[in-house]
Amino acid sequence: MINYPSPVSEYGYRLSISRILCVGLSAGLLLLGCGKSGPDSSAGGAKATIANIGSDTMVNLAAAWAEAYAAVDKTVLIEVNGGGSGVGVKGLINGTCELANSSRHIEAKEKEELKAKRGLEAKEFIIAFDALSIYVHKDNPMNEISVEQLAEIYRADGKITQWKELGVDSIPGAKGGEIVRVSRQNNSGTYEYFKETVVGKKNEFKLGSLDMNGSKDVVELVSKTPNAIGYSGMGYATPSVKMLKVSKKKGEPAVAPSIASTHDHTYPIARPMFFYTAGDPSATVKKYIDWVLSDAGQKIVAETGYVPLPK
Amino acid sequence: MTDEPKPTRARRSPLALVTERVVEVLIHVSGFSAILFVFGIFFFVFKEGAPFLSKLDWMQFLFSSEWIPTSSVQPKYGAWALIVGTMSVTVLGMLIAVPFGLGAAVFVSEFCTGRLKETLKIVIELLAAIPSVVWGFIGLKVMSPLIISVFQVPVGVNLFNAAILLALMSVPIMVSIGEDALKAVPDTYREAALALGATRWQTIYRVLIPAGRNGLLAAVLLGVGRAIGETMAVLMATGHAVKIPHSIFDPVRTLTATIAAELGETSQGSPHYQVLFLIGVLLFSITFVVNLAADLIVKGVRRQ
Repeated sequence: MINYPSPVSEYGYRLSISRILCVGLSAGLLLLGCGKSGPDSSAGGAKATIANIGSDTMVNLAAAWAEAYAAVDKTVLIEVNGGGSGVGVKGLINGTCELANSSRHIEAKEKEELKAKRGLEAKEFIIAFDALSIYVHKDNPMNEISVEQLAEIYRADGKITQWKELGVDSIPGAKGGEIVRVSRQNNSGTYEYFKETVVGKKNEFKLGSLDMNGSKDVVELVSKTPNAIGYSGMGYATPSVKMLKVSKKKGEPAVAPSIASTHDHTYPIARPMFFYTAGDPSATVKKYIDWVLSDAGQKIVAETGYVPLPK
Repeated sequence: MTDEPKPTRARRSPLALVTERVVEVLIHVSGFSAILFVFGIFFFVFKEGAPFLSKLDWMQFLFSSEWIPTSSVQPKYGAWALIVGTMSVTVLGMLIAVPFGLGAAVFVSEFCTGRLKETLKIVIELLAAIPSVVWGFIGLKVMSPLIISVFQVPVGVNLFNAAILLALMSVPIMVSIGEDALKAVPDTYREAALALGATRWQTIYRVLIPAGRNGLLAAVLLGVGRAIGETMAVLMATGHAVKIPHSIFDPVRTLTATIAAELGETSQGSPHYQVLFLIGVLLFSITFVVNLAADLIVKGVRRQ
């Protein structure tokens, strides 16, 4: 079963931001209005809000969750914002958010800062995984690749430009031996993650790659271009492309991308994604996290192209 | 009915007078609103990008082809490759579209009659009704593999692919407007040409095309405008690669597609966001120059 993300989830968070602003404003006004009469007033429409900010990689997923949760619990409103994992953790430290999205572990320094400033321990929840598959055309005889080789292909000063340098002499249906690099637009979370783990934080992508505007488009283009190589979420595989096994270094055993190899950390281009709270989550936040970890929440993980938690 | 109302102003009802006044004002307002909207849009686009104007390295922006706006080390905003991309796609598209578009206009207007003419016009108008995202899909799914196998090139989404799509998209406009322009040439011209013993081809080449040149130029320019401004189809069919093309089978990236792909996910007010708006200003300027040049050409042609 292949899960394509619905168009709603691709753009959903921008829509929801404006909606959240509207609802947030009115909720704020209502709260102001009932400030005198006490917090338990029967104003009715006032919603509890959870500020949920952080990782840009997770923003689509977080927005999809927030949108679905609106139907589950009508009394809670979840405000999703991106900005980066660091921004989310900063938000926890400064008390501007209840729930931080992070696609990396919290740093020791950040933990100390949180303790010093608010006297609270950071609580970590693994909520999903992000795994990138390396896609080539289904007729490409290649079966595995190393992260080092990928870096040489995609990095600005990388040396590999021809398929024969990867040991592929000819690809049926291909014209010439040039490697056609397929990448993503430069502000997507996937681009950022690939840059961090493969290209290297201090390096740049080699310009001239075909920068597709969606995870699905990458796979689509690779399936139509015998010379192409591309990266995209694991959930986007189709029968007309091949997922390569990936090893860290040349000579090390290559691992096929799968939910299992993501879970046991043997697949090198995968990472867990976290929620962080400052201290124990409040009842509302706890309820939300429990829902995210439930089957209903994890189903959305698969739908948005990420890897759900092990059952 | 015995006495008919005399057609004088005084006999009009006050209501009719008021209505006429209102309609007159409304028409004025709609006329001026066009100017207002253009300046309004230009102002807002410029305003979003303006804060970055002082920080922008103009030499880099206009003449460097390094577009690395999200670099964590040193962002670079070189739009040269994007400008070349827009230009090359437009020019190649027009090289394909103009002969076909004007040829079809001449055919529909001068050679067709009756049912064939009506059918052709309807079909061509239908071509104009296809949304650009559908063209993009055709480029990505149908033309890309076809170009790979026919022309033996490694990438199917490229300059050529997008140029064909743009040609297909602008041909219907050229045909409609071009046909109107030819229709507007008085029949006396045709009769005079025939009376002088001109063949059909001579009539078209020596009489109709010179007589309708302003309208035909307008037709071509509308096509060019369509091609420069087109976003979705070129985003999908050019390959969207920051690269100066060396052949028509190289992937390129256009200014419009860059804005479309990147604006949605940049944070508001960041340098990247502002540079994208400056690209909008750049597009505006290019279109303005193209239109101005065309205007001057038309005036020059008239004076001769």
